[in-house]
Amino acid sequence: MATETPTQRIPLSGHRRTRYGDLALRGITGLASVVLGLLMVALVYEVAHEAWPSIQEFGASFLTGTEWNAVTDVYGARDLIWGTLITSLGALLIAVPMSIAIGVFLSELAPRAIRTPVTMLVELLAAIPSVVLGLWGILVMGPFVAQHIEPFIINHFGWIPFLDGYPSNQGLFMAILVLTIMVVPIVASVSRELFTSVPSDLKQGSLALGATRWEMVRSVMIPQVSGGLVAAVMLGFGRAIGEAIAVTQVIGGSNTRPDNIWGPADTMASRIAAQYAGSPTALSKASLAYLAVILLVFSLIVNLTAQLIAARLQRQMRGAA
Amino acid sequence: MSAAAHQSLSASSGRAKRRRRWGRVMEGLATLAAVVAIAVLAIVIISVAKKGLPALNADLFTQVTSTFGIPGEGGGIKNAIIGTVIMTAIATAISVPLGVLLAIFSSEFAPPRLALIIRITLNVLAGVPTIVIGVFVFGLLVVGNGYSAYAAGVALSIVQLPVVARSTEEVLLLVPSSLREASMALGASRARTVLTVILPTAVGGIVTATIVAVARAAGETAPLLFTTGIFANAVVTDPTKPMASIPLVIFQGSESPSPHDQEVAWAAALVLLVGVLIGSSLGRLLSLRSRRRIEQSR
Repeated sequence: MATETPTQRIPLSGHRRTRYGDLALRGITGLASVVLGLLMVALVYEVAHEAWPSIQEFGASFLTGTEWNAVTDVYGARDLIWGTLITSLGALLIAVPMSIAIGVFLSELAPRAIRTPVTMLVELLAAIPSVVLGLWGILVMGPFVAQHIEPFIINHFGWIPFLDGYPSNQGLFMAILVLTIMVVPIVASVSRELFTSVPSDLKQGSLALGATRWEMVRSVMIPQVSGGLVAAVMLGFGRAIGEAIAVTQVIGGSNTRPDNIWGPADTMASRIAAQYAGSPTALSKASLAYLAVILLVFSLIVNLTAQLIAARLQRQMRGAA
Repeated sequence: MSAAAHQSLSASSGRAKRRRRWGRVMEGLATLAAVVAIAVLAIVIISVAKKGLPALNADLFTQVTSTFGIPGEGGGIKNAIIGTVIMTAIATAISVPLGVLLAIFSSEFAPPRLALIIRITLNVLAGVPTIVIGVFVFGLLVVGNGYSAYAAGVALSIVQLPVVARSTEEVLLLVPSSLREASMALGASRARTVLTVILPTAVGGIVTATIVAVARAAGETAPLLFTTGIFANAVVTDPTKPMASIPLVIFQGSESPSPHDQEVAWAAALVLLVGVLIGSSLGRLLSLRSRRRIEQSR
């Protein structure tokens, strides 16, 4: 009897007294998650709603149309989608090897004392506001690259299609360079984290078998985290396709495709930034919103794919451990 | 036999030499990549400082922006500084409470599946281009009401929300479960445990998340184009009206042919860059420290 009372009491007191504080806090914080859900729904609905007149008018042919003409009120996004893809993929082409190299440097090569400060400096690169990077890109980097770097590439590699032509202060190449600067810190910081997570017995095993440090990186570390690297690259890609301000400042805003990589072009995001406020007709504004819809879909696909890969990688790692 | 062994050894040592040399080349390239990244950071900071310092005088902070870059008229960015401060404050006042509540819900109350959905949604929101957020808030708040600092604040708060919520949740999950269990064992309710044990332990992390979010919003340009794109060259403190902002002054200056506008843009860029870099490095340092402290309390 005496031993029964406490065991009976504890569950009873826990169950009977409703804890209003708990309910209130759960309710308020739960409400915040409802707000998040509503926000996402409203975001998709509102942007699609703004684009609706253009979606109705042009439908899927918007994606292949080459004209962007406010006078005849005809809009097509082909060259802008092309510009977005060329600039983003071009930036990834430079940024990915560089970021992986930085990740290797920070996790394997750098002396311990400078690892944290150098990591912070690389991440600080991501903190530079894009408008400042664009200002620097158009007034400092642009003239320098057009005078010194572009002529060099044209002279030596001009025989490669698309690398011929004449240097220009504004254009695709400048946009690629600015986007590279934005993508590198993102991919580099994730690669560093991935590389430091590689178990040291794997690394030491490979070194003990006589591999050099580079062979260990190439044949053990990079394959070990390849999924994570793909996810990091996707994140960088998402960043690059969505960047509007800095690209608007350096790309030159042209309505046609350039004949070479140096010439002015335009991307979807940069077109929205440049023309939304002053768009002359309702249909042109809706068409710019249509571009926003395409960007939104791009970013959703890229982002969800990256998360899926990262989640699968995490499950694998847990399975292996 | 000894000769053969010797030969094969020297052959393999030749190959080993080549492999070592190749390894050194690759290591050199990796080091170079890191040097280039830091050099770019240094070059950007130095050229902004060099171009911005000449225009960095008392006028910059006491005069308002001028129309068409006429020298002598205005020439400062006082209204832009005040505008950026007010709009960032509005955004932070929305995003921090909302983000912290979200983090509490997903780390303390939500079932695992729901917490996962919230995490995925926040990651997706973080990946939405800020220009799309601008188009969204334009349709939601600007159509029919016109440009306003409120609309800009809401747009910036959407940019900040994933920053605040994700890093707050990370810190909440770092709080050792022994603290949680001790509080519950003393008979405290879940709510009391969260409010008096978990949040105070994690407050350092929440403060750093806030600092990083403020730095992020202060430099954000794209959402402002759609919400406060046209503004008066005067100090505005009424949030129902559009306000000038530092990023838009830089943006317009960079597109302007007038050298005076460009000078002001450089000075504004210097002010913004210094603020943002101090904010985000302070945030990072604090987050390293608070993380270490929580880990020590385990």
